[in-house]
Amino acid sequence: MTDAKIKGVRERKSRTRKKGVSLLLNFPYLIWLCLFVIIPMFIVAAYAFTTGDGTFTLENFKHLSVYKQNIIDSFIYALIATAVTLVLAYPFAYFMTKRSEATQRVMMMLVMLPMWMNLLILTYSIMNIIEANGIINNLLASLGLGKLQMINTPGAVIFGMVYNYFPYMVLPLYSVLSKIDPSLLEAAADLGSGAPSRFRRVILPLSMPGIVSGVTMVFVPSVSTFYISQKLGGTSVNMIGDIIESLVNRVSTRNLGAMLSLVLMVVILVCIMIMNRFSDEKGGIML
Amino acid sequence: MKTFGKIYMGVVFALMYMPLLVMVFFSFNEANSTAKFTGFSLHWYEEMLRDSAAMDALKNTLILAVVSTIIATVLGTLAAVGIFGMRNKWFKTGVLSATNIPMMNPDIVAGVSLMLLFAFVGRLLGAVESLGFGTILIAHITFSLPYVVLNVLPKLMQTDPHLAEAAQDLGSTPVQAFFRVVLPSISSGVVSGALMAFTLSIDDFVISYYTSGSFTTLPLLIYTMTKKRVTPEMYAVCSCIFISVLVLLLVMNLSQIRQAKKSAQLPVK
Repeated sequence: MTDAKIKGVRERKSRTRKKGVSLLLNFPYLIWLCLFVIIPMFIVAAYAFTTGDGTFTLENFKHLSVYKQNIIDSFIYALIATAVTLVLAYPFAYFMTKRSEATQRVMMMLVMLPMWMNLLILTYSIMNIIEANGIINNLLASLGLGKLQMINTPGAVIFGMVYNYFPYMVLPLYSVLSKIDPSLLEAAADLGSGAPSRFRRVILPLSMPGIVSGVTMVFVPSVSTFYISQKLGGTSVNMIGDIIESLVNRVSTRNLGAMLSLVLMVVILVCIMIMNRFSDEKGGIML
Repeated sequence: MKTFGKIYMGVVFALMYMPLLVMVFFSFNEANSTAKFTGFSLHWYEEMLRDSAAMDALKNTLILAVVSTIIATVLGTLAAVGIFGMRNKWFKTGVLSATNIPMMNPDIVAGVSLMLLFAFVGRLLGAVESLGFGTILIAHITFSLPYVVLNVLPKLMQTDPHLAEAAQDLGSTPVQAFFRVVLPSISSGVVSGALMAFTLSIDDFVISYYTSGSFTTLPLLIYTMTKKRVTPEMYAVCSCIFISVLVLLLVMNLSQIRQAKKSAQLPVK
């Protein structure tokens, strides 16, 4: 046998061995994915297309018109919250990268700390601050001023979303912004571009992957929330999450809840796919 | 520009920490109110230690987080190694997309889908109560797995694939090669994946809400309490968590800084 042949045989051998090993390692994981990720999605779809006793129907989807306004509201609130978070977090992350390394480390810790706290208790604490007999209104009263109606408004719900998901926007933005090579900006400046055009043509395109993942991480939990809208929106705000929650909890309306879950899931997956396409075109790297 | 940046960051941080400060402040309130401060007392901390429901929930949360993190880390690390070794591009893309699903799916959909699955299987088996520790554990492992896989995979891509082969050529078995060569070089990914899994498990409310049955974790207990008015006791529990996280992060940061200093002193390899 020639050397090349021996090498070929060896390579083939190691390749088949590797294939066997990789399948073996993956086997438990693949089973897990099928059982607890793929199959449950099919079960949701099955519930969505059947009546309570299991016969096929499209009747559930006709109810969409009843919930149309709630679905639209949810998307509008979540979009506003995501936009506000992005506008607040971008300069925040940018200023962070301008600090010394030690300060950046401390700030990073301060940004991450609230992420470890429970969303429910933070939302409740916000409620304490802004409710009718809450801390702000007590302060105003002691100053002899009138009360402000802050809770049970869409604004309160949006504030709650911005507050709770702000760190999830800062982290990806910070990680892309801190990786931008300062010499690129110097080069752009040497070639005669001013600050606004440097931002638009160098910084912004390079931070696109961070924007996309930050927007996804804020928008998805915002649009599907039910706790924040229950606590801060009261009865004035009824989001798609609230409706799914109340429908699924009763067995008689479970199929309707499954239908709404399916719709929500499909709409969000389509949104994410479009966004990822967008960031790919801008030269971002996504998995 | 620089002073503007400082003021801006200061204002944002102040807003960010306002609810947390309110929480800590009112945990020391004398009266049973979370809006009107009447006087300083440690009454609610004593109450917390005496409250068996809160202590049980805390214990449950920690047990669940530890067990689900261990299983998800082992399973996810093996899966990442397996995915990395895959030759079939289509199959690999398929598995990676399936891995992404639990991360992109809204929590409420994931929770509802798992609940429907468990209810369905429960009915098939004729069980009275289909939800409990087992189901919430499965749910927590499921949403943690992608974070482990996606933290380990990039580390594997950075390691030299010939290293493991070299170890095997030098006479170690594939298992030995994995533990002595591959695992040390991906350990930082494994640790950060495990850390994320742990955090997610402790913090999760929505998916637990649908899969827990009578098994109560801290977020679930908080949820039932916030349906009525919360006593400062819950603020006391959360303040304790806040302080322990703060200390943990500080210790991690200090050890990182110390490590960075150490490696700065060593000559570059």
